[in-house]
Amino acid sequence: MSGAMTKPSEELVVLGIETSCDETAAAVVSGAGKICSDLVLSQLDEHRPYGGVVPEIAARSHMDHIDRLVGEAMAGAGLTYAELDGIAATAGPGLIGGVFVGVMTAKAIALAWEKPFLAVNHLEGHALSVRLSDAIDFPYLLLLVSGGHCQLLAVEGVGRYRRLGGTIDDALGEAFDKTAKLLGLGYPGGPAVEQAASKGDPAAFDLPRPMLGRPGLDFSFSGLKTAVRHAADKAGVLAGAGVLAGAGDDGGHDQTRADLAASFQAAAGDILAERCAKALALFEKDYGTPGPLVVAGGVAANRSLRARLESVAATAGSRLVAPPPKLCTDNAAMIAWAGVERLGLGLVDPLDFAARPRWPLESLSAGG
Amino acid sequence: MPSASALPLRLPLPDLEATERLGRALAAILRPGDVVALYGDLGAGKTALARALIRALPGPEGAAEEEVPSPTFTLVQVYERDPAPVWHFDLYRIEDPAEVHELGLSEALGEGITLIEWPERLGGLLPAEALSLTLSYGDEGARAACLDGAGDWPQRLAELRS
Repeated sequence: MSGAMTKPSEELVVLGIETSCDETAAAVVSGAGKICSDLVLSQLDEHRPYGGVVPEIAARSHMDHIDRLVGEAMAGAGLTYAELDGIAATAGPGLIGGVFVGVMTAKAIALAWEKPFLAVNHLEGHALSVRLSDAIDFPYLLLLVSGGHCQLLAVEGVGRYRRLGGTIDDALGEAFDKTAKLLGLGYPGGPAVEQAASKGDPAAFDLPRPMLGRPGLDFSFSGLKTAVRHAADKAGVLAGAGVLAGAGDDGGHDQTRADLAASFQAAAGDILAERCAKALALFEKDYGTPGPLVVAGGVAANRSLRARLESVAATAGSRLVAPPPKLCTDNAAMIAWAGVERLGLGLVDPLDFAARPRWPLESLSAGG
Repeated sequence: MPSASALPLRLPLPDLEATERLGRALAAILRPGDVVALYGDLGAGKTALARALIRALPGPEGAAEEEVPSPTFTLVQVYERDPAPVWHFDLYRIEDPAEVHELGLSEALGEGITLIEWPERLGGLLPAEALSLTLSYGDEGARAACLDGAGDWPQRLAELRS
């Protein structure tokens, strides 16, 4: 385990592996912020027929692909294992079978090539990804919004995360997916709702804004989802009730669906905007600086929500920073980068580190 | 009086609070090894009921404040509780029933109290002795619950009738 720590951190090169949920992914990233290779299985050409629609939750599926994907990531980076400074893998939170495959693969490479092993928290990967794309300094306010997560965090440093609020029921990405399902808009739900909403009237339906105006910084989206269902049912556009989306002239149903999608998106935007405005005020009080506000996770790709957050940040004298969409969805480049950051601080993990299906971000410690 | 314990048991749930009350009442009668299959459309209140049930069971320090998020994306969440750990599954995204083995279903059935949303996805893998709980829509936000199960469920559910 020698060599790495004597190098300046910009020169570190780390292989990252991500298998904690639906995606099998491998990437090589340098300490200077260069993404040498970045592969996500569902985005490879031969998997395009499936479009990443089928979740690859089975550990066996990760196992079938991870060796080849790691080999291709190394070839794409033009590096040998001997030239790496560390091997990082998502060690949780996530499905234990998938996480185990990634962790075992990383440990095997680390052991064979006598390289440091870095156990990365998947959420820390998301939290630090903005420093790979935009090289911003600590501290910053992070809104992490994806299919499985919705939380506000003060990112004080590597391994130092303070949770300011989170969802008490559904994640926002889940609400988008379920709204798409209720309206028969297709999959993936986020882009489908956004596209339908672009042709709709956001004031057409009066939907609730749960938690708005309440103290604290928590979110709730379950009631909004139920309200969408109720409105869709009343308006006769509930999917599966004899109504087929996109079937051409259907007596204005397409417009109704677009209006409902737009109204849902507006409600989600109002909730995010109000919570982020409050969080920015709290952040400035606690840290003496108004942000920046960073938005990460798959939902960050939504342009309408992004525009809302930009204006919230501007009003607070802050600015919005969002990593590019490829870094916002699940990927291995962010895991490799978190590995670079931890390795630079000497935060190496032992080879007997056990995968953790549940692993809250605020339980991490930066060590020394 | 055999009719007093005959199933299915149908309960009106006028509001969310009633759904949560049912969750808490179920928590009081569940035992290690029990399986509750939660049926119902999107938004019917399955996760809300599961959340109330999990929160009603005693656990380690901080358990009462512990978040009980929807497991739709994580597929399963495990909670340390008494008298047994609670495994909360959401099989909404499952395509192939065999995939549930990856999620630890056999461990759950062996040691825990198992709550399963979208149990339809399990096909024939759903244990025969599971309690089936179906939530359906009524008027203006109201729901109705329908509980059914073999074995000793008729006796155990009798006290929910009051």
